[in-house]
Amino acid sequence: MREKYRNMNNNLVQYIFSIADNSLILGQRLGELCGHGPSLETDIAMTNISLDLFGQVRSYYQYAAKLIGNDETEDTIAFLRKERDYKNVLLVEQPNRDFAYSIARQFLFDLYHLLLLEELQNSSDATLSAIAKKSIKEVSYHTRFSSDWIRRLGDGTDESHNRIQTALNDLWVFTDELFHQTDAEKAMVSEGIGVDVTQLKEAFYKRVNTILEESTLQTPTIEYFQKGGKQGIHSEHMGYILTELQYMQRTYPNMTW
Amino acid sequence: MLFAVKKMTEQIQHIDPKLFEILETVSDPEIPVLSIMEMGVVRSAKIQNGIVNVQITPTYSGCPAMDVIGDDIIKAFQEKGLEAKVELILSPAWTTDWITPKGRLALEKYGIASPLNETADKEALLGNKKLVKCPQCGSFNTKLVSQFGSTACKAFFQCEDCLEPFDYFKCLK
Repeated sequence: MREKYRNMNNNLVQYIFSIADNSLILGQRLGELCGHGPSLETDIAMTNISLDLFGQVRSYYQYAAKLIGNDETEDTIAFLRKERDYKNVLLVEQPNRDFAYSIARQFLFDLYHLLLLEELQNSSDATLSAIAKKSIKEVSYHTRFSSDWIRRLGDGTDESHNRIQTALNDLWVFTDELFHQTDAEKAMVSEGIGVDVTQLKEAFYKRVNTILEESTLQTPTIEYFQKGGKQGIHSEHMGYILTELQYMQRTYPNMTW
Repeated sequence: MLFAVKKMTEQIQHIDPKLFEILETVSDPEIPVLSIMEMGVVRSAKIQNGIVNVQITPTYSGCPAMDVIGDDIIKAFQEKGLEAKVELILSPAWTTDWITPKGRLALEKYGIASPLNETADKEALLGNKKLVKCPQCGSFNTKLVSQFGSTACKAFFQCEDCLEPFDYFKCLK
């Protein structure tokens, strides 16, 4: 058991979690829209994106499980960790208040995700590089979808414009965290494995600004930003997400389909 | 088309010719008319110490068909009295260029429009140009209904002449 935790705390494993947990939690949020999307097309789109993200998560967790060893599997990593062991950013755990929120969250995450993968492709770690090269094709498509909807809602009716602006204003507080570096990240950057996220910040805000301008939307300006997820300190939403996500494994340990 | 053929030979060069025929009997569960060989998901197949080792690569990361394909490969070899092992590899990442000309034809016949090249694909999916051919009546007067279709690899279109809805297999590069 002690051995397991030592391996769990390995920098590379922690680094993998910091990338993969974002996709897991966002995938779970998007999955909530299955059968609840505002239209059939958007319902299918959101759940398809969720499926892509879960697929990517599986590759990351399979790799992490191999590194941890013992009886660890992709499933135990996904379903049996405690809240503080998840290293996703706060942005992805924010709820689907309305379609505008889901799109704003997706848009902000997609632009960050694409920038991250563009760099991760060059990782000296062959597995991470391969996963990035595979995922980038899918995430480019997600980015196209969410950017398109930002434009449609922003440049749409007064109602859609106000809703997407409100969602962006509310979620903006979570954007800065994307570019905070954890100790595990710093260690991985120095080994040529990880991506230096602080270097992505400028490009991110520039890309976001361009699309918001095209969409007749205002870029929010705030002084204070919220952070914590990357350290495992989550918002009040996280417990509810995990309760649902982990329900089957907690109730029927080791169950399989 | 020459390009596609060249890609195809690159793709099949690691496949033991003795195993080709058996692998061709395994089909994609989502698109039963298409064998996994035509789909280009088999990266290598060889016999080592009496065991068949097959490497497959997913079309999309989350493609639920991959687990089934893996099981079906093992079953297909079992029926021929051979033990097989399947490994999922990610690199190099799958591209729609690996769908063989025969595979593209099978897709069209099944009612799925086959992938355009990268530039044309973008134009079609942004709704800028009408480039996707209706697999039912052959008209190019088609429109995008949804960027995402019945599976992750497809977008949803409708023909404005015969009015039939259909799937378009998105270009993945």
